[in-house]
Amino acid sequence: MTSSVETRDRSPLVRRRSGRLVAGVAGGVADHLGIDVLWVRAAFVLLAAANGAGVLAYGLLWVFVRQEASDVTREVSAKERQQAMGLAALGVGIALVGAALQNQVIGWVVGPLGVAAIGAAVVWREADEAQRRRWTTGARTGILGGGRTAVLRIVAGGIFVAAGITVFLLGNLNLGQIQFGVLAVLATIVGVGVLTVPWWVRLARDFGEERRERIVTEERAEIAAHLHDSVLQTLALIQKQSTDPREVQRLARGQERELRHWLYGPRGYGRGADPAIDESLSSALQTAAAEVEDTYAITVNPVIVGDRTLDDSLRALVLASREAMVNAAKHAGVEEVSVYAEVEEAGADGEVNVFVKDRGKGFDPDAVPDDRHGLADSVRGRMDRHGGTVRLRSTPGEGTEVHLAMTFSDEEQKP
Amino acid sequence: MTEPETTPITVFLVDDHGLFRAGVRAELERGAAGDPPLEIVGEAGSVDEAVAGIAHLEPEVVLLDVHMPDGGGAAVLARVRKEQPDVVFLALSVSDAAEDVIAVIRGGARGYVTKTISARELGDAVRRVKVGDAVFSPRLAGFVLDAFSDRPGAAPAVDPELDLLTKRERDVLRLLARGYAYKEIAGELFISVKTVETHVSSVLRKTQLSNRYELSRWASDRRLV
Repeated sequence: MTSSVETRDRSPLVRRRSGRLVAGVAGGVADHLGIDVLWVRAAFVLLAAANGAGVLAYGLLWVFVRQEASDVTREVSAKERQQAMGLAALGVGIALVGAALQNQVIGWVVGPLGVAAIGAAVVWREADEAQRRRWTTGARTGILGGGRTAVLRIVAGGIFVAAGITVFLLGNLNLGQIQFGVLAVLATIVGVGVLTVPWWVRLARDFGEERRERIVTEERAEIAAHLHDSVLQTLALIQKQSTDPREVQRLARGQERELRHWLYGPRGYGRGADPAIDESLSSALQTAAAEVEDTYAITVNPVIVGDRTLDDSLRALVLASREAMVNAAKHAGVEEVSVYAEVEEAGADGEVNVFVKDRGKGFDPDAVPDDRHGLADSVRGRMDRHGGTVRLRSTPGEGTEVHLAMTFSDEEQKP
Repeated sequence: MTEPETTPITVFLVDDHGLFRAGVRAELERGAAGDPPLEIVGEAGSVDEAVAGIAHLEPEVVLLDVHMPDGGGAAVLARVRKEQPDVVFLALSVSDAAEDVIAVIRGGARGYVTKTISARELGDAVRRVKVGDAVFSPRLAGFVLDAFSDRPGAAPAVDPELDLLTKRERDVLRLLARGYAYKEIAGELFISVKTVETHVSSVLRKTQLSNRYELSRWASDRRLV
C-alpha cells in the first residue's frame, strides 16, 4: 500500500467499465480502497478457498454494485491480464476443491470471520470520507506498528488463531464434532479480536468524540439563542433610547442582572436544576430588588447569607423589605441601595434580619408628616402583624438604614 | 485613611480586555483631588505576559482580572507568588459567583472588588491593600459569613483557630456586608479604625488558610486552586 491513499479523495465503489477481466469488481474495489488491483484479486482467491466465499462475494458485488457512469479507458498490460486470468482460474479451482472436500473446519473458521467482515462493511458504508481515511491509517499503524506491546499483541492473537485451527486438525481427541466447532470458533474470534484491538479502540474513541462534538454544538446553539433573546435585544433598545440616560441605565442594569442570574444564579448556566428555589427567601428578595431597580432606575445590591423556605411571615418580611427599598429609591436621592439579609438559626428557632441602607439625604424620623404612609403602613404595619420588628436609623445628610427582624420557629413550619 | 505617600504606588494591570485596561488606567492616573497619586507601570493581557511583566517591573500592587484565557487570575497568583511574595494582589471581576471570589482570595489576593466600582473607591482599595489591609466588598463579606456560619449538620471545626470566626470578626463582617465603611464600623462598634482593619485582616487570613468544607468546595468548584 502507498501513502497516496491519505491525500487523494476516495472514489465511490463502482464496477469498472473498461480495463476489466470479468465484471470489473476487483478493479472497482481496488479503486475505492486506493490499493493495487492485484491485492484485491489475491484476496478474492484466498477467500475462494474458504468454502467459495470469495466467489460468492464476487458474485454479490457484481449484482449489487452499479457500473461506473463515464467511459474511462484504462490500459491493461498483457502481463496483468495473464496474471489476473491465472488468479481467476486459481480461485475457481480452489473453490471447487474446497466444495468437494466438504471441509467443515474451514467453514467454522470462515463463519465468524464472514460475520465480522459483513459488519465491518456496513460500518464502512456508513462512515464518511474523513473517518474512512483515519480508519485505514489506523488499520495500518494499529495492526502492524506500535512497538513492543503491538508485537506481544500480534503474537497472542496469532497463537489464538493457530490454536483454533489446530484443535480441528487434532481430530482424534475424544470430543464431539460440535465441541470442536465451538472451541475453534471461540479461539478464532478471540484471536481476531486481539489482533484488531487498536482498531476497535480507535472506533470507540471516534464515536465518543462525535458525541462530545454534538453536545458542544448544542450548547453553543443554546448560548447563541440566549444571547440573541436577551443581550442583542437590549442593545437594540439601548441604541433607540440613547438620548435618555436614565432609560439606558435601567436597560443596561436590567440586562446585566438577567445575564448574571443566567450565568451564576442558583439555576444558572452549567448548574443542575435546584427544585423549589423560587419559594426561598433569597430568590424572593432578589426578585424584589430587581423590581425596584427596574422601576426606579437605581442599583440595588442584595447580599444574602443563609436561606429559608418562605412562609407567611417571611413573605411579609420580603414585602416590607421591598417597600423599604422603594422608599430609599424614591426619597434618598441616591443611585445605590445596599440590602443585607441574614438567616440565623439556633436550634429549632431562628431569626431573619434584613438591612436596607442608603447613603442619601436622610431625615428626622420624628418629623415625618402623618400623611406619609409608606413606612408607617407598608413596613411597620406588615411587620407588626406577623410579629416582626422595625428599627429605623436616619441622620440627615448621611443616610438611612431600615432594620427589619422576623423570628421563626421550625415547629410551626413542618411541611 | 493612610498617610500620604511621598512616591506614588506602582500598579500593574492584568486584564484580557484592552478597552477595560485603558479605562482603568485613565481613571487611576487621573485620580481624585487630594488623593495620593498612583502610577500605572505596566499592563498585560494574558497570564504569561503578566508573569513576565510583574517579574520585570516589580510593581507594588497588581490589579488582577479573575477570568482570563489560559487559567485566569488564579494562574497568575500561583506563578507570581512563589517568586515574589511581596507583590500585593487586588482581584477585579465582573463575576459575583462565590467560587470565583473565594478562589482568588485563597489563591493569595488581598482583596476583591467588582468592576463596577467607582474610580475613587478603586483608588482607595489599591492604597488600602498596599499598606497591608484587606479589601472586602459587601458580597465577599457575605460569602465569608456564609462559609463560616454554623449550620446544623455542618462538620465540626478541625482547627478552631482557623475554622471559626470570633464574635467581633463576625460583627465587623456583618457591617461590611451591610455596606458600612471602615470608619462607620469603628463608630458603630466603638473601636478604632485600626482595630477594624486588624479584624478584617484576620478574617482574610482565616479565609485563605481554613480548611472548612464550604471554602474548599467553593474554591475547587471551578478548579481554580
